[in-house]
Parts: sequence; C-alpha cells; structure tokens
Amino acid sequence: MKDKRLSVSAIKEGTVIDHIPASALFKVVSILNLDKLDTMITIGNSLGSSKLGKKGIIKLSKVFFKDDEINKIALVAPCAKLNIIRDYDVVEKRVVEIPDEIIGIAKCVNPICITNNEKVTTRFEVVSKSEVKLKCHYCEKITDQDNIVII
Amino acid sequence: MKNKNLVSITDFTREEYLRILELAAEFEAKPRQDILNGYVISTLFFEPSTRTRLSFETAINGLGGRVVGFSDSGATSASKGETLHDTIKMVSNYADLIVMRHPLEGSARLASEVSSVPVVNAGDGANQHPTQTLLDMYSIMKTQGTLENLKIFMVGDLKYGRTVHSLLQAMSKFNPTFYFISPDELKMPPTYKLYLDKTGLNYIEGKDLTEFLPEADIIYMTRVQQERFTDPIEYERVKNAYILRREMLEGTKETMKVLHPLPRVNEIHTDVDASPHAYYFDQARNGVYVRMAILTSILGIK
Repeated sequence: MKDKRLSVSAIKEGTVIDHIPASALFKVVSILNLDKLDTMITIGNSLGSSKLGKKGIIKLSKVFFKDDEINKIALVAPCAKLNIIRDYDVVEKRVVEIPDEIIGIAKCVNPICITNNEKVTTRFEVVSKSEVKLKCHYCEKITDQDNIVII
Repeated sequence: MKNKNLVSITDFTREEYLRILELAAEFEAKPRQDILNGYVISTLFFEPSTRTRLSFETAINGLGGRVVGFSDSGATSASKGETLHDTIKMVSNYADLIVMRHPLEGSARLASEVSSVPVVNAGDGANQHPTQTLLDMYSIMKTQGTLENLKIFMVGDLKYGRTVHSLLQAMSKFNPTFYFISPDELKMPPTYKLYLDKTGLNYIEGKDLTEFLPEADIIYMTRVQQERFTDPIEYERVKNAYILRREMLEGTKETMKVLHPLPRVNEIHTDVDASPHAYYFDQARNGVYVRMAILTSILGIK
C-alpha cells in the first residue's frame, strides 16, 4: 500500500513556500525574518524532490506575504512556489519574481565599496534577471549570480 | 541644477553638460568675479590629490568664496575612527557645499544621501570622477568647436581607467566614433561595448596605435601600468607600443589634439610637448573654469 502520509503536516490557514533548494532554506528563513515570528512555523529540509533533488519547504500558519516581501527570496530560491491555504485548501498558487531593486539582502562583491567598509544598507538595481546581475547603487559595480552573498 | 549633487557623470543630462560648458567659457573670459563672496565650501580630501584639490580651491578663491577642509585624513577624526556618515553630517552643518575625494568606491553617493548640502564628487576610488570628465569635454569643445560626430581615440589602459569610462558615457550623447587602442589585457570591458551597441554607436578596437591615427580628432592617452599585468614578460612586450611619440603625429589632422588626465609618466614622450597637437597642460587649466561652472550652478548662482 502506498504511504500517503505527508512528511510535513498540512496547515489550515497560511502560506506554504515550496521548492526551496535545500541549500537555501535557512537563507530564506533569515531573509523573511521568520525567527521573529511567533505564529506556528513548520520547516522541512532535505526532502526528496523530483525537480530539485533535495528541497526545503516552509509552512507558515496564519501568515500571508505581500509580493514585494516574498519576492526578496527570489535571489536565493528563484523557483520557489507559494501556495496560499484557506481552510486546508490551496486557493492560490504563486511563483516568486526577482524585484527591480534589492535592498539590504545581498552584499556587494567589491571589497572597496563603501557598503563593505561602513554600516550602510546595501542597495542594488537588478540589471539582468535571467542570469541575475546586481548593480550596486553606491560603487556602480556589478555583482553577478555566482558572487551573490546574502547578508 | 540648483542643489543637485554631482556624484556620477550620468547624474547630469546632455543639456546640463552643455550648460556647464557654456558657463565654463564665460568664466574663462572673466575668471575673477566676486560671486562666491559669503559662501563657505568644504573640500574634504580623504586621500591626497594635487591637481584636483588645487583646481577646486583655485576656482573657489577666484570667485571670492571661502574654503574649509583638509587634504589628508590623517589629521582628522577619521583617523580616530569617525565614520564617513558622521563626518559628512557634521560638515554639512558648516558649509554650503561639499567637495569630496575618498578612496572607497560609492563613498560620494553615500555622502550625498547623508548631507543636507550638495555634494560634488572629486573622485571615489576607481569609480567616478565627473568633474574630470566635464573638463575633458570642455577641452574637446574648445579645440574642436563642437562635441558632435567626433572620432575619439582612447589609448592605453581601457580596462581600469575610470576617466575613459566616464568620458565614453558622457560623449555617447554626441554621436562619436570611438577607437579603442589597447593591449589585450587592458581592453575596454564588455559592459561598455554592450552599452555602445545598444545606443547604436560605432567603435573600432585595435592594438596598433599608429594604424588609424590620421582619422583622429582627439587622442585620449592613459597610462599602461605594470601592476595591471599578471605576466611581467607580457608587460615588457607591450609597454613601448603605447607610448606616443612626436613622429607618430605626422599626417594627423591639423586640429587633432592629444589629451591626458595627468599625471603622465612616460606614455607621452616629452618630444610631443612642443607639438601643436599637445593639449594636456591646457586641459588641466580648463579644470578651474569648469569647476567654477559646476560650483556656481549647483549653488544656484548661475
């Protein structure tokens, strides 16, 4: 008989963030400041996934995100999918989209950029989305996908 | 342009470039005026600079303004660990405008966001040095009578040279044809070539300095520095190929001028200095008029 039990149990109301690469799960937790929430959160990681190999999943009870909030995670989890849950049913599915501007999430690749030497909130213009390229608002240098470090 | 910051050359529009150049010509005709009387301008030089600082201070003094500032951060609270943020907050209480040079890239943008008075960037690391670009443009305008449709040669270190990158961005508004002459290691970065492609502007890339010279209206020389090469043998091989000598200028246009942001080391042979094509020392003098134009327009006087 097929085992139909879910690895992570269902929620009644809230948001499920699925298809997070296992290596990015805790970065997503930190970008969304989930450690500051006092509502119920279930986190699963390194679950089997046909698409990603190993994936992470976050179930947030009674939490609903605004687009610009959730889109911040696109930098580390570009193929993450959101399921909005009402009364145990998925009422809406969403994908994340990289925003035009990234504020305070990533680090500038340039070691002599002012943001790496003084307490300044980083700010980037997203100049390319397919292969992510971030242009620093301060030093004007490009940080590309391979060099993105999350603060 | 009142109260506008000048941090990056792209902060100004084509019309604003032309307005600055027009004003600079007025100041060149009448360099002693008392229009900055009563103004205090702060020159904060966190790293040493001879030309730029003296040029700014000459411009301010020539117009009757007062200068407060420093030319070496060793003698300031920055050496006690004060942040740039705090220094700028404090100084913007004292001065009507801040001129700043700082070794960290992006520092001028940060200063402009923190300051309650306008900030003029006098160089932030290898990033931007917009007043240099405007004085380069003024020199081009003065010697060619126009900025439009010129053939501009950029020679030497095109990879790291901030002056060539800014000049490229600014001159792109005036339909130029660029010739990029450099060793392979120091070629113009793809970002800028892509920008020209998108703008629909033509450029030619080459390694041989003499090949196209008869076509040039402007030759903009920069220095090929040894420390940019990973392979010292490669440096030895190419170093002499990018030195401009007087005999190379034979057959060039009569109106063609050689520019250089200075300091020169050996990339322009001293025998060029006496040539009618040499313009780099006049170029440095133009800096004073251009800075007068920038300061007075930002202060809303002109």
